[in-house]
Amino acid sequence: MFAFLLNRLAHAVLVLLVVSILAFTLGNTVGDPVASILGLDATPADRAALRARLRLDEPVVLRYFLYLGDLLSGRLGNSYGAQRPIIDLLAERIPATVELALAALLLSVAIGVPLGVFAAAHPERRLVRFLMTSSVIGVSVPTFILGIILIFTFSLTLGWLPSFGRGEVVKFEYWSTGYLTASGLKSLIMPAICLAIGQVALVARLARAEMMGVLRTDYIRFARARGLSDRAVNFSHALRNTLIPIITVSGIQLGYLVAFAVVVEQVFQWPGMGTLFLQALSQTDVPLISAFLMAAALFFVSINLVVDLLYAIADPRLRIRTLTHGAGG
Amino acid sequence: MTPDTPRDEPFLDRLRRHPVAGSLLATPVTLVALFLLALVVACAIFAPWIARTNPYDLATLDLLDSHLPPAFMAKGDPRFLLGTDSQGADLASLLLYGLRVSLLVGILAVSISVTLGTIAGLASGYFGGLVDSIVMRIADIQFTFPAMMLALLIGGVSQSLLPNDKRAALAMPIVVFALGLSHWPHFARLVRGAVLVERQKDYVAAAQLAGRGNLVLMFRHILPNVLNPIFVLATLDIAFAIMAEATLSFLSFGMPPTQPSLGTLIRIGYGYLYSGEWWVVVFPALTLVVLLVSINIVGDWLRDLLDPKLR
Repeated sequence: MFAFLLNRLAHAVLVLLVVSILAFTLGNTVGDPVASILGLDATPADRAALRARLRLDEPVVLRYFLYLGDLLSGRLGNSYGAQRPIIDLLAERIPATVELALAALLLSVAIGVPLGVFAAAHPERRLVRFLMTSSVIGVSVPTFILGIILIFTFSLTLGWLPSFGRGEVVKFEYWSTGYLTASGLKSLIMPAICLAIGQVALVARLARAEMMGVLRTDYIRFARARGLSDRAVNFSHALRNTLIPIITVSGIQLGYLVAFAVVVEQVFQWPGMGTLFLQALSQTDVPLISAFLMAAALFFVSINLVVDLLYAIADPRLRIRTLTHGAGG
Repeated sequence: MTPDTPRDEPFLDRLRRHPVAGSLLATPVTLVALFLLALVVACAIFAPWIARTNPYDLATLDLLDSHLPPAFMAKGDPRFLLGTDSQGADLASLLLYGLRVSLLVGILAVSISVTLGTIAGLASGYFGGLVDSIVMRIADIQFTFPAMMLALLIGGVSQSLLPNDKRAALAMPIVVFALGLSHWPHFARLVRGAVLVERQKDYVAAAQLAGRGNLVLMFRHILPNVLNPIFVLATLDIAFAIMAEATLSFLSFGMPPTQPSLGTLIRIGYGYLYSGEWWVVVFPALTLVVLLVSINIVGDWLRDLLDPKLR
């Protein structure tokens, strides 16, 4: 257990180091920071002063370590585009993305798990067969097309829901939430559904496969023999044993949700990390792009660590398998 | 059922017993998907001959023809079956050429992932040891990020770093490489696993004893035996690549408007949705969805047929 965790932790650090080297190289090879900050009509003396302040004349390796130090203490520099500290920009945008991804995750589990359980319990029903066949459509429709369909139907045609933005938000210390206002919740509905649909099919397929496996076991047959109702057998006996893999997969899904959130945020003009990143790309805002790379790496590495931990806690067999397969497991 | 086929058995029954044709007949959905896929691919290949105009040729555009609805609507023009865009270009022609671009990018991207992944997987499964550790560690680092995110990072960052005048010209290679690079670890992992199984078999030992070199063993002896799963994954991966390309283009970090793919057409058309010109976005979106659904259904069918273990 300890060796396994140490292995995963070492992996996480390695990933972060690789990405930090990429981010550092990006910030150093692209464009001229002095020109970007001071503009083209600065005096040579000002330029030299800024070069000295940014330590641009030091050796590359030393600068990389200085950069690492800056990262660790949260000094991410200023964005060229917004002319503001990047750390503030990120802090502003993170709550929007987290709330969107969380809502989508809850939706996909809340719809996908019962669907999967139902499909496993009644494999011969026509409705179930129809659902399983049409799930391939759910997987195949690109997120942005789904978003366009939703906006067209519920905003343009019916006029029920707002087509862009986050609505009103309530501000706390570092966090702004849209969960507490009516307009915030209304704005959340379409982006969350759009992000969740593709995942619903995946969760349902997984829950179905797990349930089918569990339903074949002896303890389920025994529970039936005791005369328990189908409902009791399916939900309180069988489902309980399928929850662990579903929970771990939901963790991995959170990663995918955040990746696709970039697309959904663009379609619905949701003021989160995704739109910030796309803005940075279109303005070639190099410090912001590098900072985003690091933030994304940190996020995905933590998700993977948590999922690995859950695996280790949930299933000792898996732990051993991952260990013997080593890095390739 | 008798094992011997009687000569006078009806043709359809004989067809049903054929492993490939039989499984197709048993699932009509797959048959439809296969037909649609063939149709779409044929449209893409023969686009220059089917399309009424060449949308890349600006001389054929006439602004007087712009914003026309499809031919079957009241204000439609019979020359433009699916209507026109804001430049007066024939939407049907744009669609055919866009399909071509989407398919081409998807196939090229998957070729890169397959090539890289197969070589890396063969080497790491065959040699083991340090090679294996290094290759799988790199793959593992990449697996930390969802493929879609990686494609966006590689494609977006390299597009944004290019000077404006070079972006359009280099868009296709950048998108192809971004998608190809983001998916090779899937193939590497698959091939490595299959090679580990094959390497234990007697024919490999026999070839080794016969004095065959490592490269010959890897490519002539082991590779042919692991082709089926590679082929299945590649088919399903084309759907991913096309979807990812469309997404990149929709976010304007993919194909440029001068050489539009389906995703680019949807992005441009989306802007006109609010003014009621639904056809500029609906037809490209519909084509993309039909293409993706049929590839996925055919891919699932191939998987069940060639390699049931992959499920």
